[in-house]
Amino acid sequence: METKNLKKVDIIFECEHCDPIKVLDRTVKRKADDIILDIIDSGLKGRGGAGFPTGLKWKFTKNESATPKYVICNADEGEPGTFKDREILDQVPEKVFAGMAICGHSIGAHEGFIYLRGEYNFLLKTLNEKIDKFNKHLKDIGVDFVIKIKSGSGAYICGEESALFESMEGKRGEPRNKPPYPTVSGYNYKPTVINNVETLVYTTMICDLGPEKFKSLGTSDSRGSKVFSVSGDTPIAGIYELELGMPLKTFVDEFGDGDTKAVQVGGASGHCIPRKLLEDTVIGFEGIPTGGSMMIFNSTRSMYNVLHDYLEFFTEESCGQCTPCRVGCQQLLKGIEAVKKGDKKPDYLEDMKKLAVNMKLSAKCGLGQSVANPFTTIVDNFREEIIY
Amino acid sequence: MSTTEQLIKNLVKSHGKSRNSLMPVLQGVVQEERMLSEEAMLKIAEALDLSSAEVYGTASFYTFLDTIPRGKNIVRICKTITCHMKGKDEIINALEKELNIKVGETTSDKKFTLLSANCLGWCHKGPVMLVNDDVYPDLTVDKALDVIHEYARKTK
Repeated sequence: METKNLKKVDIIFECEHCDPIKVLDRTVKRKADDIILDIIDSGLKGRGGAGFPTGLKWKFTKNESATPKYVICNADEGEPGTFKDREILDQVPEKVFAGMAICGHSIGAHEGFIYLRGEYNFLLKTLNEKIDKFNKHLKDIGVDFVIKIKSGSGAYICGEESALFESMEGKRGEPRNKPPYPTVSGYNYKPTVINNVETLVYTTMICDLGPEKFKSLGTSDSRGSKVFSVSGDTPIAGIYELELGMPLKTFVDEFGDGDTKAVQVGGASGHCIPRKLLEDTVIGFEGIPTGGSMMIFNSTRSMYNVLHDYLEFFTEESCGQCTPCRVGCQQLLKGIEAVKKGDKKPDYLEDMKKLAVNMKLSAKCGLGQSVANPFTTIVDNFREEIIY
Repeated sequence: MSTTEQLIKNLVKSHGKSRNSLMPVLQGVVQEERMLSEEAMLKIAEALDLSSAEVYGTASFYTFLDTIPRGKNIVRICKTITCHMKGKDEIINALEKELNIKVGETTSDKKFTLLSANCLGWCHKGPVMLVNDDVYPDLTVDKALDVIHEYARKTK
């Protein structure tokens, strides 16, 4: 396994050398297939957490014959511990718009939407002004593409792509069955590329810098860099762009407060890595993939409280559509409370772990499937704190 | 025509008469009236040619689309773990005391509703709260009280 030391990168927020409008102007003169090949060649994988190869998504959607096609920017950033997309949309929105327009040009879409979570409504005024200006520029250069914003209304599940489409269509944010995938049947059941905010910025930057430059960062399994949202027990909480493929130990040496007990990688739906495993854990698609949420806990924190907080979160945010998730989340929450109070014996935790595995297998979408990640990793590594 | 009816008429006009306009129409009503009354939902159903059950189904799914009366200002304090670690409980206690209500309640003068919220996306600058659409990160008790006083002063 190829690993490197922590290296800070400045691609996403860098503004001195990159003018996204110029990148757009240059790129829309290129052939769609060439652009898509570059994105595929770069090895870019989705930065929202799931990690699907971006170029393939574009290619599959381009290959569909149904029209109209859509480009959607997923800005429903709701994963606890993540705040990078807000910062990106605040600081460098034109890089996001350019990515959307380049995608539209590549796949043959004429309409793009940013689905912005309701919690970020304070960004709307400025974003709308900038979008108007951008749309006007597209018109001026003869690109048939328009960007609009759709607002969310406070539902974590709408970050799940098919729930997001449902929400845009005026329905309850309940995930659809897959397949069909969005590339075939997305918004309005038409071929749709849906990318995370950060992913779209990287597509712009790959068009600017070329795939080679992007590929030179990271490891063979995790190409490029990634924006991390660092919070919790750290003296330097904030947003950092780092090369992928670093050992978690290196990350903690840089960001921890010297007393790090565990890191929750990937938000509430991610994995909890205890101190003893920091050395052996790699951040990237070959190890623990992440949408960028890194919550650091030191030895003063109760991991029971952490798990309780996550389970309460999932119980509230489960859409309620499928039984494994709706009932499972509630039972896991009640279960750890019962064990803590002594109403249930400690070995009840084993039953709950089976339930969590069951949810992973049978829940309809990523929300219910991923509850097992925090549950199992926290219960296994901090069993004593859960019981006593 | 009631003000609600007029509001809905305007919203449907600007967003278009289709199912895909339902969210922006619901959001537009909540923006003005802080809640979706039964009257509003029935009128929206009529205006968009949907069943009222469909409208209620969508409205009741979303945390920000309230179907019960709320205050003129809605305060949402982030309760997620990192804000918890940074002391959101002290903020909540101070606001509960100041407004003389508990989380989930509305003041008797209808100026404020106090709610807790899941991650608001400011974990590096917690504790954080939203008042309506505006965000207040890096809160201290004093700062939170100042913000509330300012809204109290501005709200007739």
